[in-house]
Amino acid sequence: MREFYLLAGVFILLTVAVGLTRVLLGPRGADRMMAAQLLGSGGIAAMLLTAAGLESAAALDVALTFALLAAVAAVAFTKSSGRAARTEED
Amino acid sequence: MSEALDVFTRIAVSLGAMFFLAGTVGLLRFPDTLSRLHALTKADNLGLGLIVLGLLPQVAWPFGALKLVLVWVLVLAASAASSQLVARKVRGGKDRS
Amino acid sequence: MNAVYGLFAGLSALLLVVAGFAVVTRRHFAAVVGFTAFGLLLSLAWVALAAPDVALTEAAVGGGVTGVLLLSASVQMRAKMEVLPSWGVRFIAAVLAAIVTAGLMLVVLMLPDEAPTLAPAAKESLAFTGMGNPATAVLMAYRALDTMLEKVVLLLALVAVWSLGRDHFWGGRPDFDFSTQTSGPLLLLARVLVPVGVLVGIYLFWVGADEPGGAFAGGALIAAMGLLAFFAGVARPPLVGSGWLRWAVVAGIAVFLIVGFGGFWGAGDFLAYPDGLAKPVIVVIEVAMTLSIALTLVLLVVGPPGRRP
Repeated sequence: MREFYLLAGVFILLTVAVGLTRVLLGPRGADRMMAAQLLGSGGIAAMLLTAAGLESAAALDVALTFALLAAVAAVAFTKSSGRAARTEED
Repeated sequence: MSEALDVFTRIAVSLGAMFFLAGTVGLLRFPDTLSRLHALTKADNLGLGLIVLGLLPQVAWPFGALKLVLVWVLVLAASAASSQLVARKVRGGKDRS
Repeated sequence: MNAVYGLFAGLSALLLVVAGFAVVTRRHFAAVVGFTAFGLLLSLAWVALAAPDVALTEAAVGGGVTGVLLLSASVQMRAKMEVLPSWGVRFIAAVLAAIVTAGLMLVVLMLPDEAPTLAPAAKESLAFTGMGNPATAVLMAYRALDTMLEKVVLLLALVAVWSLGRDHFWGGRPDFDFSTQTSGPLLLLARVLVPVGVLVGIYLFWVGADEPGGAFAGGALIAAMGLLAFFAGVARPPLVGSGWLRWAVVAGIAVFLIVGFGGFWGAGDFLAYPDGLAKPVIVVIEVAMTLSIALTLVLLVVGPPGRRP
């Protein structure tokens, strides 16, 4: 069972990492942001699975921290790409 | 009983992983930004939701389970709000960076 | 145990790829995304290496305040500085980075097979400190002076940032780049998430006595929640000149110093804790430190005052 958790975690991590190519492809800032967001929730899923696989209760707290900060990062990314677009138009 | 729960965990986690795969494929292959946003939210909401659901019987009761559900609810709230922000930006047509 | 090796192999490969991505990409935004992703993977790697204390701090600092700091820097660079550094400067930077990397690799290869450790000695006196978590015991009891000086460094960094402000803005509010517009979803997010986040931050600080956590992780999380409140416009960066702010920023060091000098007559040495009272004293210091860390990190990110008082 522990092996299953860890393998599932690695699988999700590798999958969302492939999605990171969207950061390069774009074309809009929104697309780049979404790839980051997917990596964030995939990373949280992998962290939860690692917590179960290694039986580490503290890893749950790390996942909780990530869940809160993913929101901050998402908002910061959206706002900053908006700023950048506006300054380019100026 | 615990074996049945293990099977349930395996099924739910595998399904969740599939949603992450589908979300990534959608993000890479869908033709426009709003469709890609649609694909992303499935991975966020359903993928993580199924994994949390699958892990629920395996963690310490009640605080471990509470934390798991809280993680999912927080990601849901963040995903819902930031999807709105992204969609508004796209519809506004201003974003070209 | 094969799955554990699978996890390590996958993580190592991803760390290398994402680090390369963050360094090579020419877009500031993509580089910041890469850096944030790198922090997330690194935190996972620390969990896999059974070092959840480090993972938690990496997550709290790297995922929140550092990311926002880099983003705000990248936005300002895009607005003000279009010129890339010259080839010569870039070449020298590359050479220096290569030397540092080669040095680090050499050090790793030269590590003794059985690493010298003080861990058994640290565990032996654990009961005396009243802490259940050895990492916190090291930070707050055995090496308390280092922890205090670390806070002094943080304060000096804030002084350095404030000194970048213009004279006529002194005492005013920082002109935080992002707090320009707000919207319904953002308001909702801030109202739901900020209270929960502050609660989790306090929990992390409190649980730090016995489990991974502590003042820095808790403070960094609370700081990130403060930034979210600024983004949504539900709060404004404080006036740099206000008295309560100055007191709150130095509170951690002040309490540390009071306890430190009090140690001379209470326990016979600087920063020595009185017998049997180690735990309550440490908790008092950590409360003040969490407050100071959270506030200082927020102020470091929002930058020098940029508006008239």
